[in-house]
Amino acid sequence: MIRAAAFVLLAATAATAQAPADFKVYDRPGDAGGVIIAEWKGLPGEEIPETARRIEYVISVSLSKDGEWKEIKRFPGTLQHKNEAPEIFGFSKSNETEHFIALKGLVPPPGGPWLGTGKSLPTWVKLEVISPAGTAIAGPLVAEAKPNWWAWNKTNVFVFILIFGVVTFWLISKARRNPNIFVRRIPGLDAMEEAIGRATEMGRPILYLNGLQSMESISTIASVSILGQISKRVASYDSQILVPCRDAVVLSVCQEVMREGFTAAGRPDKYREQDAWFITQEQFSYVASVDGLMIREKPAACLYMGYYYAESLLLAETGGATGAIQIAGTDSITQLPFFIACCDYTLIGEELYAASAYLSREPLQLGSLRSQDAGKIFIIATLFLGALTAAAGYPFVKHLLATF
Amino acid sequence: MGHLKRTVPLAIAFIFGFGLIIQYFVPHPVSQRALGMTQRWVTIVGFVSLLLGIGSLFQSHWRKINAQVPGWGYSVVTLGVFLLTVAAGFHPKNDKPGGPLLWAFNNTYSPMSATMFSLLGFFIASAAFRAFRARSLEASLLLVTAVIVMLGQVPLGAHIPGASSFSAWILGVPLTAAKRALTLGIALGAIATALRIIFGIERSYLGGRE
Repeated sequence: MIRAAAFVLLAATAATAQAPADFKVYDRPGDAGGVIIAEWKGLPGEEIPETARRIEYVISVSLSKDGEWKEIKRFPGTLQHKNEAPEIFGFSKSNETEHFIALKGLVPPPGGPWLGTGKSLPTWVKLEVISPAGTAIAGPLVAEAKPNWWAWNKTNVFVFILIFGVVTFWLISKARRNPNIFVRRIPGLDAMEEAIGRATEMGRPILYLNGLQSMESISTIASVSILGQISKRVASYDSQILVPCRDAVVLSVCQEVMREGFTAAGRPDKYREQDAWFITQEQFSYVASVDGLMIREKPAACLYMGYYYAESLLLAETGGATGAIQIAGTDSITQLPFFIACCDYTLIGEELYAASAYLSREPLQLGSLRSQDAGKIFIIATLFLGALTAAAGYPFVKHLLATF
Repeated sequence: MGHLKRTVPLAIAFIFGFGLIIQYFVPHPVSQRALGMTQRWVTIVGFVSLLLGIGSLFQSHWRKINAQVPGWGYSVVTLGVFLLTVAAGFHPKNDKPGGPLLWAFNNTYSPMSATMFSLLGFFIASAAFRAFRARSLEASLLLVTAVIVMLGQVPLGAHIPGASSFSAWILGVPLTAAKRALTLGIALGAIATALRIIFGIERSYLGGRE
């Protein structure tokens, strides 16, 4: 029955032998340049796979309308639908029946003024449709590839960041007016005071690690910020903090942060530059050295803040074996279970970022913590709405949140 | 001096932080080149700071050797091997297979690194023992879940009806939900921290507030 219908539709197509409707050629929007899009509507009856398989599309390009044509791609009517590239065409229902192809715009031989500009020469594109009924041609049409200044498919991310930023600053200004902000207790951060006190009583140092990433990592920045707050307390307790570093830039920043911390606590004379030092950039060599340090120095407290990889368990187990009180904070989801198993307290994910604000108790910083809660409420509401609308067959919330 | 220590770093953080956010949304080659350039700067700064790191390494170990603190022998070995590796790096046969640097890497660094990594096997067992002691309801749940998941991953589990599919469900549904929740929280925290740094609200990475 379906086969019969397909033949009837093919016969109808053959009777007209027309090229596909709406053949268009244009520069790909929102890209770095170099790409041209050709699109057209599928032939009537293409929604039946049997019919679609019998249709063949051939795309050719040329530098002039009457010039030499070069075949670029040949494919059956079952392929190259616009719904395969939502990053270009979005999520319209009609994308399922329309075809497209992304072509490289023609450029002169490499080394010319076009190199790295994203521009192309005017490129002519021709579409041939081969079906049992014969061949039809659409075009040729011309387009030029050029670079764009805005990636439209990322606009939803931009809008989210913009809204989140505005809410953050609104909450910060609110915090400026009313500094008594309630922030839920984070036991791991409260325990830091206890850990420093314990180290002072025992006359042993505190070991502080910044994780294995470099200074570009947001978790390392958060870790260094916490170190600043810890240094102040260590200085006021007249204790000692040891900071072996894996990255030389992190080392320089740590030394500066510690110096400022000791100065802010009124004990600049107690700061010792050698308490932060560089070990190596190699992962397991670093771990071997820090583990050795733990065994020799027997620190009273080990604080692991930042991003960790496989070494998390090696560090935390060795620290546990020395009897140190251990507090970890990481946004590395794969290593969180190891820290939770081995440490006395663990700051989970975002708590690491909140730690500096929590410890400093500055209203401006605490205000920004509220924006994280606002963001979470927004995400929960969106997830709920998205699930409901998707279940009802209208996945527009899902499409609105798609990232490319 | 205060300007150099505060205002200039804050201005740099603002310009580059804000600029790189915008760069993410601008596909133009000019924007790509700017990104490439800043990444090269990071590499250059990283290399220069490596010299600082080497200086720090030497200082710290030399101090230990000089003061003959307990374990100073390790510092001698560290500095000795460091100098030996640098010397091997200048050997003319390094560009050929079997050169001294590659030999040292394959015969010393690789096995030692693998040894450290292998310790994980033992540490996982001891950590699991501590984590799975059923002393509370949460720990008991953790123990039961872990046993089910482990059974689903080993050949024995294939002989227990439902073990494999239940394990896959635990990994695919509750675990994935929890991981996604964590990821969302981390992303929001990272954005909030980035905004605090870019707009100079969070300054402790510069060494506290004035």
